[in-house]
Amino acid sequence: MQYQSQAVAKPYFIAAIGLFVGQILFGLIMGLQYVIGDFLFPEIPFNVARMVHTNLLIVWILFGFMGAAYYLVPEESECELYSPKLALLMFWVFLIAGALTILGYLLVPYATLAEMTGNSLLPTMGREFLEQPTITKIGIVIVALAFLFNLGMTMLKGRKTVITLVLFIGLVGLAVFFLFSFFNPDNLVRDKLYWWFVVHLWVEGVWELILGAILAFVLIKTTGVDREVIEKWLYVIIALALITGIIGTGHHFFWIGLPGYWQWWGSIFSALEPLPFFMMTVFAFNMVNQRRRNHPNQAAVLWALGTSVMAFLGAGVWGFMHTLAPVNYYTHGTQITAAHGHMAFYGAYAMIVLTIISYAMPMLRGRKAANSGKSQILEMWSFWLMTVSMVFITLFLTAAGVLQVYTQRYTDNPQPFMAVQERLELFYWMREAAGVVFLIGLIIYIISFFAGSNEPEQA
Amino acid sequence: MSKTFTKSMARNIFYGGSLFFMLLFAALVFDSESSLPDTDNRQAITEEVALGKLVWEQNNCIGCHSLLGEGAYFAPELGNVYTRFGNSTEAIKAFIASRPKEGIPGRRSMPQFNLSEKDLNAVAEFLKYSSGIKNSNWPPNIQG
Repeated sequence: MQYQSQAVAKPYFIAAIGLFVGQILFGLIMGLQYVIGDFLFPEIPFNVARMVHTNLLIVWILFGFMGAAYYLVPEESECELYSPKLALLMFWVFLIAGALTILGYLLVPYATLAEMTGNSLLPTMGREFLEQPTITKIGIVIVALAFLFNLGMTMLKGRKTVITLVLFIGLVGLAVFFLFSFFNPDNLVRDKLYWWFVVHLWVEGVWELILGAILAFVLIKTTGVDREVIEKWLYVIIALALITGIIGTGHHFFWIGLPGYWQWWGSIFSALEPLPFFMMTVFAFNMVNQRRRNHPNQAAVLWALGTSVMAFLGAGVWGFMHTLAPVNYYTHGTQITAAHGHMAFYGAYAMIVLTIISYAMPMLRGRKAANSGKSQILEMWSFWLMTVSMVFITLFLTAAGVLQVYTQRYTDNPQPFMAVQERLELFYWMREAAGVVFLIGLIIYIISFFAGSNEPEQA
Repeated sequence: MSKTFTKSMARNIFYGGSLFFMLLFAALVFDSESSLPDTDNRQAITEEVALGKLVWEQNNCIGCHSLLGEGAYFAPELGNVYTRFGNSTEAIKAFIASRPKEGIPGRRSMPQFNLSEKDLNAVAEFLKYSSGIKNSNWPPNIQG
């Protein structure tokens, strides 16, 4: 660790991992509810479990992004963080607000939570992924503003690099587009139109800038390749991401009451969205091949390469599979969507956070550059267990989705939704089994932080 | 990457490209807004429908169901439930009101939300309004 204030990243990373565990546990509950319909009913109905699962995902990824920014901005800017105290304060604000929100989901009926938090004054709740009470949303904005202020002030007084600039643009975009979550017109079509300004322009827009910047930072550090080369790649990747991704938003506009021309705009541009992800894979492998040194933290290099491959498969390939309007007409809102969502989120955003944690945590815990060999071997096991089981979760959901599309939609004699669901049971059981393997991988991941911690560093 | 393609060229493509496509996107959204009255069934949005949307949101219906294909995939699509239930708000209301409190052993079951008569009417009207949105004939058939 070159700057003391980088240490504020540590609680952010720990919180991220803790919430990640919660997300997976609720994922397993939901997976079981898919086959044992009354599991935990009526205490934790599916909608509550899903809200906890997806909101924990968003929150832990945000913790990861913030931790990453607090770690890499001082190092890139070559100066201490503007205010470590503010960063720590915001950590607690965000954690407590997040925890209270999740407890609210679990302890009281959602309608009661809406009433308690005065949702009718400014109704923003009850829309997918934006279920947080309005007051929590306001809290998120405050935390984001304080966070951006802190980073901005740090960047202003220090060295300006492409990585911090791109990261900052991504984070500003994240905060700006979140503001659309406060816009909730009575008109369902307009509600959906602007809802995508948050959801799509996050994950298929500005988050890709954050992803690219973190990946570029870790690659500079672990491969020793010239910064100029890496920065050029970064610009090309994020240029492609936004050029394809902004109009690519149109692939969500096919069936929600918007003009038919979106079927053309959305299909063509989103069909190109895999390109930046493919470039990212080429980039990561090229940089590692041209490395000027062998970094002792081999686990971090594995995560970095893994992210580039899994993001391409999950976001790129699985996204392309159902993005063309004539295909999407049949697949929209089926298990195909669920399959894509799982691998894309894991491959792009979960793995990039795990990459930066893997790279930074040894230093944050007082090591020079890397964990012991024993710890790294366990971490690599967890990488493979989680990644391979996520591939299988995706494959089983895809199989379920194909069968669902066929029997419910792409046939002369369409079956009712619930009748189709019963026929998919086998695949749902296999998905649940893969999910258990994922949890085992996650447990091993956590053990890797404690195993071999008094052994010497990997050389 | 080739040496003739420089970092500043890449940077310019990023800024120029992003800006251009953001403006194009804004223009398209602006144009969409102006043609929405033809498709979004806005004439059907009464005060009751607006209340129904709030009831829909405050009970987190989207946590299990999809609406125009968006949401969760645990329970049936509801964008066309009004037509699936024989163009009847009464059938929708009867279904919601009759959900067993303790669920159905071994099976998925919608929770009992204990909606007031007013809220029940409103949410049914909201679903009726949703079914009137012209969305390029999606879903492909009545099963959703």
